[in-house]
Amino acid sequence: MKPAQFDYYCPKTVDEALTLLEESGFDGKIIAGGQSLVPIMNMRLSTPDCLIDINRLQDLDFIDYEEGLVKIGTLTRQNRVETSDLIRQHIGLLSEAVPFIGHVQTRNRGTIGGSLVHADPTAEIPLALMTMGGSVHIASTDEVRTVNAEDFFVTYLTTDVMPTELLTEIHIPIWEGRVGYSFQEISRRHGDFALVASACQLSVDDQNRISNARLVLGGVESVPLLVTEANELLQGERLTDSLLDKVASIVSKVIEPESDLHASADYRRHLAQSLSKRTLQEAYVKAGR
Amino acid sequence: MTVHEVEVKINGKTYKEEVESRMLLSDFLRETCGLTGTHVGCEHGVCGACTVIVNDSAVRSCLMFAVQVDGQEMQTVEGLAQNGQLNPLQKNFVQCHGLQCGFCTPGILMSTTDYLKKHSTPCKKDIQDMLSGHLCRCTGYDGIVKAIEKTVEDQKINI
Repeated sequence: MKPAQFDYYCPKTVDEALTLLEESGFDGKIIAGGQSLVPIMNMRLSTPDCLIDINRLQDLDFIDYEEGLVKIGTLTRQNRVETSDLIRQHIGLLSEAVPFIGHVQTRNRGTIGGSLVHADPTAEIPLALMTMGGSVHIASTDEVRTVNAEDFFVTYLTTDVMPTELLTEIHIPIWEGRVGYSFQEISRRHGDFALVASACQLSVDDQNRISNARLVLGGVESVPLLVTEANELLQGERLTDSLLDKVASIVSKVIEPESDLHASADYRRHLAQSLSKRTLQEAYVKAGR
Repeated sequence: MTVHEVEVKINGKTYKEEVESRMLLSDFLRETCGLTGTHVGCEHGVCGACTVIVNDSAVRSCLMFAVQVDGQEMQTVEGLAQNGQLNPLQKNFVQCHGLQCGFCTPGILMSTTDYLKKHSTPCKKDIQDMLSGHLCRCTGYDGIVKAIEKTVEDQKINI
């Protein structure tokens, strides 16, 4: 299977890339790692008139630490994120999530920004960004704007990034205090897309009461789903079996998963409940250590 | 149709060619450069047969365009043997029956070459995890894993 014809541009600076995007409008498409885009093009499900290759924009390949914040450039390869000590130390949930993406050979090429803008509802990085309460920088020739994870994902494969815009940076806040996290997913084979994925990050006070919790599910809606009701219920509580059951029951009520070839809606609902419990438990244990 | 000049170093040799934007790197290697050791299987990044090393990273050559490797360095399976002699990893594949039909072998060799450069003492599970990016439909991977484990052991002795 071969892609249809397209024009190819390889800008050397971010400004040049943004100008090219502006000029090509709806006909242009950014290519970074290409691990999702090229298969789609090979199958001719997507036939962009023009590709703007941002692989030479080395300014967008970085992992930086600032007070209370980790900043990651959009072009940073998933493999680099996976092996970064800085990320493991400060935002460990991301280190835990990335190994679930495809295989080492695709993570060598795939980028963090590419996964976010592709916005597959089962994808790991979008789920992690939402769980950690991160935000992104989106640039155009006119401005750079900041968008929170909650507002970034619109629906299946659709984000807030407009055709003339480029996602440039990912910002993830470092939670203070005693923090625990967990990422779990069930897929048919290792490396496949998740049937359902669950991520949780929480912090506890000196009495092991939950002071902040974010439980997020993937694969059950068109975007990563922040289970707000459950997070409110957890506030100020110690994690007990009955509380876990309450969370599972909330999860079951708020989600409306779809059936497909791989799993029925009922099975997805069952997985969502089990994984929510599992991630919460693990995160709580880690936070208490 | 847009055409681009591409200059790339593959296995130490420089290739200067004209390519269409849409030419996949896998097709460039096979058809333009005549390096048919790189095999093409699924062409959407699943099977791993076309894996090559670009700038010290094992990647799928069916998920890159030839125009993207302009100015870069690559290694394909043709670059493994030296002076007509198979390298230690290749020899172990022969010895441990790490292949049957051999279609997936070039990709697996390239992934393993890159992996062993970055991880000198992987355990069996690490090796299996790395191999999960490759489909072999003949051997059930048993001989392949043994060949890689043997290479790791041999390297330890040589150190």
